[in-house]
Amino acid sequence: MPDYRWPEREKRRLIGKRISRVDGPAKVSGKAKYTYDVKRPGMLYGKILRCPYAHAKILSIDASKAERMPGVKAVKVIQDPGTEIFWAGDEIVGVAAVDETTADDAIRSIEVQYEVLPHLVVDSDPSLAGDRLRPSAEEVKGNPERAFEESDVTAEGIYGTPVITHCCMESHGSISEWNEDKLLVHISTQAVSSISDAMAEALKIPAGNVRTKMDHMGGGFGSKFGPDRWGIETARISRLAGGKPVKIMLERDAELTVAGARPSAYARVKVSARKDGTILAWDSESWGTGGIGGGGRPPLPYVFDIPHQRIRHMSIINNIGSARAWRAPNHPQACLITMGALEDLANKLEMDPLDLVLKNIELTGRRSTVYEEEFLKAAELMGWKEKWHPRGDKTKGPVKRGLGLALHTWGGRGHGSNCDLTIHPDGTTDIKLGTQDLGTGTRTVITITAAETLGLPMSSINLMIGDSLFPVSGASGGSTTVGGVSSSTRRAALDALSQLFEKVAPALNAKPGDLEAVKGKIQVRKDPSRSLTWVEACKSLGGTPITVRGQNPGPGRLASSGVGGVQMADVSVDIETGVVKMNRMVAVQDCGLIINPKLAESQCYGGMIMGIGYALYEEKIMDPASGRMLNPNMEFYKLAGNGDIGELVVHMMNSDEHDGRGVIGLGEPPVISPGAAISNAVANAIGVRVPFLPLTPNRVLEALAS
Amino acid sequence: MSKDNHSKDQGSGLSRREFLKISGLSLSVPLLTGGRTLKISGENVTVYGPGKSPVALSVNGKTYKVELEPRVTLLDTLRQELDLTGAKRVCDGGTCGACTVIIDGKPVYSCSILAIDAQGKEITTVEAMMEGDRLHPIQQAFIDNDAQQCGFCTPGFVMAAQAFLREKPHPTPEEVKTGLGGNLCRCGTYMGIRAAIMQASKG
Ligand code: FES
Ligand code: FES
Repeated sequence: MPDYRWPEREKRRLIGKRISRVDGPAKVSGKAKYTYDVKRPGMLYGKILRCPYAHAKILSIDASKAERMPGVKAVKVIQDPGTEIFWAGDEIVGVAAVDETTADDAIRSIEVQYEVLPHLVVDSDPSLAGDRLRPSAEEVKGNPERAFEESDVTAEGIYGTPVITHCCMESHGSISEWNEDKLLVHISTQAVSSISDAMAEALKIPAGNVRTKMDHMGGGFGSKFGPDRWGIETARISRLAGGKPVKIMLERDAELTVAGARPSAYARVKVSARKDGTILAWDSESWGTGGIGGGGRPPLPYVFDIPHQRIRHMSIINNIGSARAWRAPNHPQACLITMGALEDLANKLEMDPLDLVLKNIELTGRRSTVYEEEFLKAAELMGWKEKWHPRGDKTKGPVKRGLGLALHTWGGRGHGSNCDLTIHPDGTTDIKLGTQDLGTGTRTVITITAAETLGLPMSSINLMIGDSLFPVSGASGGSTTVGGVSSSTRRAALDALSQLFEKVAPALNAKPGDLEAVKGKIQVRKDPSRSLTWVEACKSLGGTPITVRGQNPGPGRLASSGVGGVQMADVSVDIETGVVKMNRMVAVQDCGLIINPKLAESQCYGGMIMGIGYALYEEKIMDPASGRMLNPNMEFYKLAGNGDIGELVVHMMNSDEHDGRGVIGLGEPPVISPGAAISNAVANAIGVRVPFLPLTPNRVLEALAS
Repeated sequence: MSKDNHSKDQGSGLSRREFLKISGLSLSVPLLTGGRTLKISGENVTVYGPGKSPVALSVNGKTYKVELEPRVTLLDTLRQELDLTGAKRVCDGGTCGACTVIIDGKPVYSCSILAIDAQGKEITTVEAMMEGDRLHPIQQAFIDNDAQQCGFCTPGFVMAAQAFLREKPHPTPEEVKTGLGGNLCRCGTYMGIRAAIMQASKG
């Protein structure tokens, strides 16, 4: 039995090195094919007619003109007359035509009558919600009443962040085609292995009849787990069109309207402490929406286990489409609310918030020493002690500068993963996993792991992913992919190697256990002069390849979970215009053993930038009158650009203690803190809290005026 | 659209607004395929549509002839007719830069120009950046600095970077921040992109 561990640090050849991603050349040259780029022979273009009302009943549908249009190959009513529609943008009729322009014309020719019903799209004010409020049970710990009485200082505030969208650069979409009763689906997804099952279930066909493929995808961020109704309809419409491939990719407005929303969260918070900064009590009443299905619930208070607490939450059921996981579901919201309240408390205590969190660091639980270390490192990188000042920059001029901080946590245990690894007698190595590369670097991580273990160059690994015919690997969500695939790959490679050692041991006059694979050779550990090249060794397989399946979870301890990170933001705010400018942000993050620091840092930069986006710019703005999204485009649904992010500094925690925990996922953690850190920095700069994100000039000026 | 374009008999040189003005006229004449020349305000202009017309495009040094409706954008033509899928459609509205191609030396949002208007111009797409198997130094710099995650925005950025560096071969870091402000990335690769541009500017 091989020893299922990661190699010692000093012995690592590839793991831990700054290696460029293996699919880099394909991506910079336009050769990488995304679902959006796939063109199948005879392919038809599908378009969907969407409901313009936030709440309505379909009375009638007349699609006869579309059916008669030359070039239109199929018209499919998705939701029949009589159906109640709960959000604007819901799918009503799909068409497929020989080209996009014809499909557009067909959609425009369809007439639908609706009975318009009352709607609610506002979520920031529960008093407007009427019977659309779903309160959860109150949770009490300790004795908050008495603790508040015994406290010296109590801070009260309101904090919140609106619904935002995923805005994947590659919109959602898929192509379906039939060959007799077999369905082939190309789809932009975070879950190649499970899409076939989901499609099969919806279409009531055997799961084995569906094959799902995807080479590259242009972002998911939590919004692309299922086939979605439009994806399932591609298969139904294809059926109507005689099995021809039908491609539906969402238009940008549909993407922003229906394909992804992070629930909002707002809260009134009271938090108290003793004069010396010991935090005693927490009371929060929070609300928010995830649309018609209700939203998640922010885990309050976040990370800090305050001894006395009362928590209440209300979901607002409204007509904005349903929520999807958005990079670290519920954490950014909870972080904003909690770290905002603690910063307000520090202000009331006339304390540096860094001192306040350090004083109470034990409330963060068993990882408190890591947080402490991370805060000290971040403070050093930020120059916190030199730059921080009490709330309200007193320097002259309209531009005020401030600092803010936050901390976060995430699980990130590797998901279930199967990896098939074959060593061929000709010396080539194939690896197959039903996983996908979202841009996190899955391909690179697997290749590094296999090459490291087998003692081969990365170029000699032939990796195949993105196909449901390959062994099932988990969905890429919750920062679970790198932990999952690196573990299953490591086990597969170790198992394959031990079989190879069995075969070649006699030739080297050694026991299998005495062999090692290093630099393209199989050699005797104690006497490297006795060796075979990899190719010679593989020849001894006598024509029969070695195939093994590595699994996660499995033997040994290759992955674990639970990381933390802290971030600090340095902003300037022009109090005349209300414009917030990012100067600098520092992130200190742990994630266990780091397979590739280059990619790990990219994850952190990416999380910080996405965080700057939702802190300053992003909001799904709903029109209370029409019930429609007012900014379903990228002109007014604003993402951060290159000039908006300031300077970013990332420091990865990489001590033996972290390394020894094995691999832990990193996708979600770095996106959690920015909203809170930036909100706190703005309060520090201008002297007042801007309660709600995004911190637009308007909101900043309003806060200053109040 | 400049006046000179109108007087060229090659290339359409017809703005969308003018097209709308005269489209009533074109409907009253028998349906023709292909562009035909009409006198508008004393000038010869080529009128396309309704229906498909033959369109000739010069892309990466090759001439392509396709049948297109006049309303089809250059981006969709590259992707769907010529199978050049490097340029991506993201915002479809001139905001994100994912569709950037170079036309006559200038970076252009290909979602925001009609294919018929791109006739007679030299169009370069990301597919022309590599020489055989050799990556262009800008592409290599993107890889070295991990200026990509999902990579969907990357071809647009590579084209924008190329145009930017041609204008400003030795930019300051400050100039890089604004110079590549016309392209967006959802994954957040700007730090890598800045480093890539600085690397490529030295090369
Ligand atoms: S797709 Fe052309 S600028 Fe966004
Ligand atoms: S790398 Fe994903 S959008 Fe830029």
